[in-house]
Amino acid sequence: MGSAGSADRYLPDTVQQAVKILVVGAFGVGKTTLVGSVSEIEPLRTEEHITEASAGVDDLAGVGTKHTTTVAMDFGRITLNPRIALYLFGTPGQRRFWDLWEGLAEGALGVLALVDTRRIEDSFDVLEQLELRGLPFAVAVNEFPDSETYEIGEIRSALDLLDETPVVLCDARDPRSSVEALITLVQYVFERAARPAAPQEPAV
Amino acid sequence: MTAPGEQPERAVRSYVITKGRARPSRNTINVDTLLVAADPGRPLPVTASREETALVRMCARLLSLAEAAAHLSLPVSLVKVVASDLVDSGHLAARSGIPEAAGPDTQLLQEVLDGLRRLR
Ligand SMILES: Nc1nc2c(ncn2[C@@H]2O[C@H](COP(=O)(O)OP(=O)(O)O)[C@@H](O)[C@H]2O)c(=O)[nH]1
Ligand SMILES: [Mg+2]
Repeated sequence: MGSAGSADRYLPDTVQQAVKILVVGAFGVGKTTLVGSVSEIEPLRTEEHITEASAGVDDLAGVGTKHTTTVAMDFGRITLNPRIALYLFGTPGQRRFWDLWEGLAEGALGVLALVDTRRIEDSFDVLEQLELRGLPFAVAVNEFPDSETYEIGEIRSALDLLDETPVVLCDARDPRSSVEALITLVQYVFERAARPAAPQEPAV
Repeated sequence: MTAPGEQPERAVRSYVITKGRARPSRNTINVDTLLVAADPGRPLPVTASREETALVRMCARLLSLAEAAAHLSLPVSLVKVVASDLVDSGHLAARSGIPEAAGPDTQLLQEVLDGLRRLR
């Protein structure tokens, strides 16, 4: 676990390659918790400025009415081997932040989408965007004490997922469980990458 | 998207610091780009901004751009532009993540999987 000192904030000089995974989902779904549970450093926060897209045209008198919103991202790090460091970025899933993902997702291995079954409809928009943007993702369902228990199949059909999209149950507070969710995602991305470059699969 | 007679966008602080450029000059600079001072002894020009000086100092050893931004409490979008200048001027060396076009290869993914499985 990271300490507050600055001496151990740095990566070993042997690290040549950074890889990243995005953790997305609605507010309160467990993004910060998951990033913190697996990170080897004290999770960090960064801020990104988003220009509010409400006005289509710049307003002449609008110096002051056009504003930027600050979006906080949590992130953590796992040095996977002497050569590779994995970064996990937790970002909010609300519609207005989608353009931010675009930049963040560039070069990402994939996306872990967190879902809370008590508010399953909150995740519809996020999942639809991931599919539209062609980002490889897996769904991790966080179970809360007052969640009803569902079968994976029920969740899968409630979320209307593609057959190939993996779904796992996860306790974001538990490092092992969070690591399993990440393994599920990377395994899926691996299988996609290993698949021979076939043309679009025929619609069923 | 600038129509004739239209005013430029409101200059937010980061826009000023980055000398009017909204985007870094190199698209290889991203949140997961690893940065390290190319030559720690090499002085910055006297015209260097506070942010440039702070970033080079922060990158005395290897760190991702996102970590440097967080430790300096600066927005990532700003640090991308500053870092990209410093890479161009040879003060910072960058080890980039995966190029967007190429995507991860299976060997890299296998190494990531192996690394995660060791954490089980
Ligand atoms: N039972 C349970 N609680 C969780 C889980 N993940 C997060 N929480 C709790 O839910 C609350 C919100 O989590 P947080 O990580 O801040 O959500 P975020 O808004 O997505 O970053 C916190 O009080 C967490 O302790 C989980 O998997 N199981
Ligand atoms: Mg959070």
